[in-house]
Amino acid sequence: MAHTHAMTHDSDANDLFGFWLYILSDCILFSAIFAAYAVLYKNNYGGATIKELINIPYVFGETMALLLSSFTYGMSILNLYKDKLKGVMFWLSLTFLLGLTFIGMEINEFVNLCREGHSWQASAALSAFFTLVGTHGLHVTVGLFTMLVLMLQLSLFGTTSFMKRRLT
Amino acid sequence: MLQKLLFGNLTLAAIPFHNPIIMGAAVFMCLAAACIVGSLLYFKKWTWLWKEWLTSVDHKKIGVMYIVLAFIMLTRGFMDAVMMRLQLVMSVGASHGYLPPEHYNQIFTAHGVIMIFFMAMPFMFGLINIVLPLQIGARDVAFPYLNSLSFWLAVAGAALINISLVVGDFAGTGWLAYPPLSEMAYSPSVGVDYYIWALQISGVGSLLSAINFLVTIFKMRCPGMTLMKMPIFVWTVLCAMILVVLAFPVLTVTLGMLFLDRYFGMHFFTADFGGNAMMYINMIWIWGHPEVYILMLPAFGIYSEIVATFSKKYLFGYATMVWASLSITVLAFVVWLHHFFTMGAGADVNAFFGIATMIISIPTGVKVFNWLFTMYRGRITFSSPMLWTVGFMITFVIGGMTGVMMAIPAIDFQVHNSLFLIAHFHNVIIGGVVFGYLGGFTYWFPKVFGFKLNERLGKAAFWCWLIGFYVAFIPLYILGFMGMTRRLSHYDAATGWRPYLIIAAIGAGIIAIGFIFQVLQLLVSIKNREAYRDTTGDVWNGRTLEWSIPSPAPFYNFAITPVVDSKDAFWKIKQEKNSSEAEPHYEDIHMPKNTSTGLWVGLFAGIFGFAFTWHITWLIVASLMAVVGAVIARTFNMSTDYYVTADEVRRIERQSRSGALAPQKSNSTDDDVTDDDLPDLETEPA
Amino acid sequence: MIKLKKLSAIVFASVLPLLLSGCKAVMLDPKGIIASQEKYIILFSAALMLIVVIPVILLTLIFSWRYREENIKATYAPEWAHSLFLEIIWWSIPCVIIVVLGAVTWISSHRLDPYRPLVATNKPITIEVIALRWKWLFIYPEQNIATINFIQFPVNVPVRFLITSEGPMNSFQIPQLGGQIYAMAGMQTKLHLMADTEGDYQGLSSNFSGDGFSGMKFIAKASTPEAFNRWVKSVKKSQASLTVEVYRQLLVPRSEVPVRYYSPINKDIFNHVVMKGMMPMPDVTEGK
Repeated sequence: MAHTHAMTHDSDANDLFGFWLYILSDCILFSAIFAAYAVLYKNNYGGATIKELINIPYVFGETMALLLSSFTYGMSILNLYKDKLKGVMFWLSLTFLLGLTFIGMEINEFVNLCREGHSWQASAALSAFFTLVGTHGLHVTVGLFTMLVLMLQLSLFGTTSFMKRRLT
Repeated sequence: MLQKLLFGNLTLAAIPFHNPIIMGAAVFMCLAAACIVGSLLYFKKWTWLWKEWLTSVDHKKIGVMYIVLAFIMLTRGFMDAVMMRLQLVMSVGASHGYLPPEHYNQIFTAHGVIMIFFMAMPFMFGLINIVLPLQIGARDVAFPYLNSLSFWLAVAGAALINISLVVGDFAGTGWLAYPPLSEMAYSPSVGVDYYIWALQISGVGSLLSAINFLVTIFKMRCPGMTLMKMPIFVWTVLCAMILVVLAFPVLTVTLGMLFLDRYFGMHFFTADFGGNAMMYINMIWIWGHPEVYILMLPAFGIYSEIVATFSKKYLFGYATMVWASLSITVLAFVVWLHHFFTMGAGADVNAFFGIATMIISIPTGVKVFNWLFTMYRGRITFSSPMLWTVGFMITFVIGGMTGVMMAIPAIDFQVHNSLFLIAHFHNVIIGGVVFGYLGGFTYWFPKVFGFKLNERLGKAAFWCWLIGFYVAFIPLYILGFMGMTRRLSHYDAATGWRPYLIIAAIGAGIIAIGFIFQVLQLLVSIKNREAYRDTTGDVWNGRTLEWSIPSPAPFYNFAITPVVDSKDAFWKIKQEKNSSEAEPHYEDIHMPKNTSTGLWVGLFAGIFGFAFTWHITWLIVASLMAVVGAVIARTFNMSTDYYVTADEVRRIERQSRSGALAPQKSNSTDDDVTDDDLPDLETEPA
Repeated sequence: MIKLKKLSAIVFASVLPLLLSGCKAVMLDPKGIIASQEKYIILFSAALMLIVVIPVILLTLIFSWRYREENIKATYAPEWAHSLFLEIIWWSIPCVIIVVLGAVTWISSHRLDPYRPLVATNKPITIEVIALRWKWLFIYPEQNIATINFIQFPVNVPVRFLITSEGPMNSFQIPQLGGQIYAMAGMQTKLHLMADTEGDYQGLSSNFSGDGFSGMKFIAKASTPEAFNRWVKSVKKSQASLTVEVYRQLLVPRSEVPVRYYSPINKDIFNHVVMKGMMPMPDVTEGK
């Protein structure tokens, strides 16, 4: 028997509302980490300041990669609602690559900092820095994994309304 | 080398074989577990347990399991309390009692952690789970699978706490684990790590439950039930769950940073390298103060329901109660600093938070008056739920008073961290939260199980709790003024504290007797359940929708989704004597299927926490992959629900209602039901 | 059943004064100007709130009795659930009380602020306090002496405490003289007290700091100025001096430490301890 999952309008609305509540809690989570950074970023225990350690052009580059990935994700959703599976997969793959680029650049930045002795153990300021940036990177990484699973499910189940709900 | 790889830091030395108290507790726990497992095997009930309970996504069953967890942990937390009282009676002058400080410190820490996180929270979630969908005319919560998952995450956390008793140790830092004491430098053992993981894992469950309940309330009310027609309990749950969604992420971050300090050598809160312990205290209380309102608001809602039902009157000032609850919710976030006036924030900041704290007492006080005037010109039946409510009203105002006193920084400078503080918060938590949950438990028990609890034992339990509370905690107020600070494990005779500590210990003993009465009550009621059978579904002459369906409630709750147009909808239906004899037209009902995913995720999450505590790297990775795998596997499952045919519904409804169960005004008081009653002659519900 | 409740209430009301009499409620027996003012606020606020609390408790008992279902003489008004008049009363009276207490809060938070220096005719004494595990180290920079678990100062002289901690948080308190303030690593807090009566007063830490916490007591002795000077002279005769080496020894965790005297002292120790959390300090007092 084909899946009996009833896609009533109600359960869609419930899922969406629940998801937004989760996003709200995630915002609080990040606010707390930002607040901790704001309190601690000057506590560099005699070492270099955070400002001195960051390479702005580099950070700009990786930020652009991530922003571009939001755009490509939007493109994949457009294709999804037109039931164009090939288009969806194409744009999702692009999104994945851009996200991977971001993560790669970030890991590179972290490794360099550590090699120069500015690890998260060196001071409270650096602890806060690595945690704030790292938590964001962790969220992106989880997103990348989720995307892989969704792409697998898309190839198995096609562009059903169920998958549409999930990707939205 | 191989041992380190396989077991991390875990060795046989982690089990304190030399400590008779711990070994005794371990033996007791193992025997209890063995008894349960043994009887399940003997009565061949494993399959039944698995199918009907462990993999259930039925909100009523999940609620019951939460409450079972709460009662088990209440036993453990209460034993901790008794041990503490005993130690303080003995440990004076030359004697140092029977507990060395290292052990005593873990006991008071475990007492606090267990009572808040693994007794009160599960008890609350359990009651909400059972009652919320029934009160809004829904068939289940918005996300039944997540509901099961939340429960098993709570179990994982509780399991870690219990394992810590035997394998390794527990935190000895106080229930909020302030750094720098909780950092590796001063707490190098695994205790704080157990603490962190137990709270993080169950915290995820709490957050998911809050999202679940909020969506349920906002999206699944029956037709006609506008927000201002909801039962007041639902309003308080709404407010409490908003607090959970906003506050728990802060706890996650705070404990997460402590974890990073301990595991990765970071310096958020260390005493050196620029760490800032004051930031921990701020963050933990930004969560901590809303937490106490999270526990308190649903209890307030329970009192509102009980007082209206047993006074046979509408709740006085429904709209005011709603606004009071909402303002408490908002204000809960602007008072956290009153937990550390003595940290030196300065007079302006201290005064601001002190005044904000006092302002919260106004809507709270207004609620008390509303309950009072619900009783006024009512016709009050003093069944045990009502006794708990009246006991609360008298006790809570004293606790509130001492709270407002401590909101004045100048007073707090003297009594902060003294036994005056301890007396205050036990006053409001026991008198407020515990009385409410116990009252709610007695009140809604018949709806879940189909029979009432023995009233005489229930009343005896109440009186023991009430009197025991005063005998145990009034001396503590006095001890605060006598200069006794909290968390002491030894003191000098010259202080004059001992007589009061002896009285307090006696009080704890009286509460223990009350607790025993409650256990007896359960056993007696189960044994005599036919005599206490609830045949109408409406044992208390209730006012809200849960009393309009049979007891025990059918798994789909409502055969027909009710349509309402007022507050206290069921009361209105009864008043208008709207019972038509024609059988309603049934339709197929859409229900979720059971699933074991929640159980597996909980199990693997618990193993994950254990592995991290002992630095067993391969197990950390394996259990994390198992958690992720289970969650992903579930997303591939396309058949997670089914339909109950209209015929099946009709069959179940007929069975339940045989015996003329149209809701009727019952004039029975609890005193009607005694051991001498003959069992019902009608056929019993399925 | 209700009668039993009333009986219990009466019993408690009569037993409580008995319990309170003859007990050493040090917070209500102040010997310093800060503690005196704090005691007054305790009693005043309690009295103010009893204006609401006692009627609520009485009404609860009265309504329970009067409207019990056996009492069919009482009016039963099941539809009555609103009264603007009553709401105005029970919103406004608590508001008034809170306004009064709010004013008390604002004024007392400033007047009794631990950081506020005390005004007196006599010159203040400074005592530096380091909370160690699990003992108190007191340094008198002006007198060039230091003590463990004992301080002495003259009556009617303001004492200015500068407070820090090695490691876990503690809280410095002498209840009969005044309120407490946290002792925190890497920070300096301040407390100003003044005794108005001679005597020996209990001091303690009121923030849990580990296994030896219960033994972290000290004596604060308020004496005449002459007795104080004599005491300082006797401490100066001490053989032990507070060097960095000696300080490092003190970092070894130990509880219930007997009173010790040191003279002369290394005057940089306190500042080093406060600063070392934020900056790597050369020649700093290392150790955990």
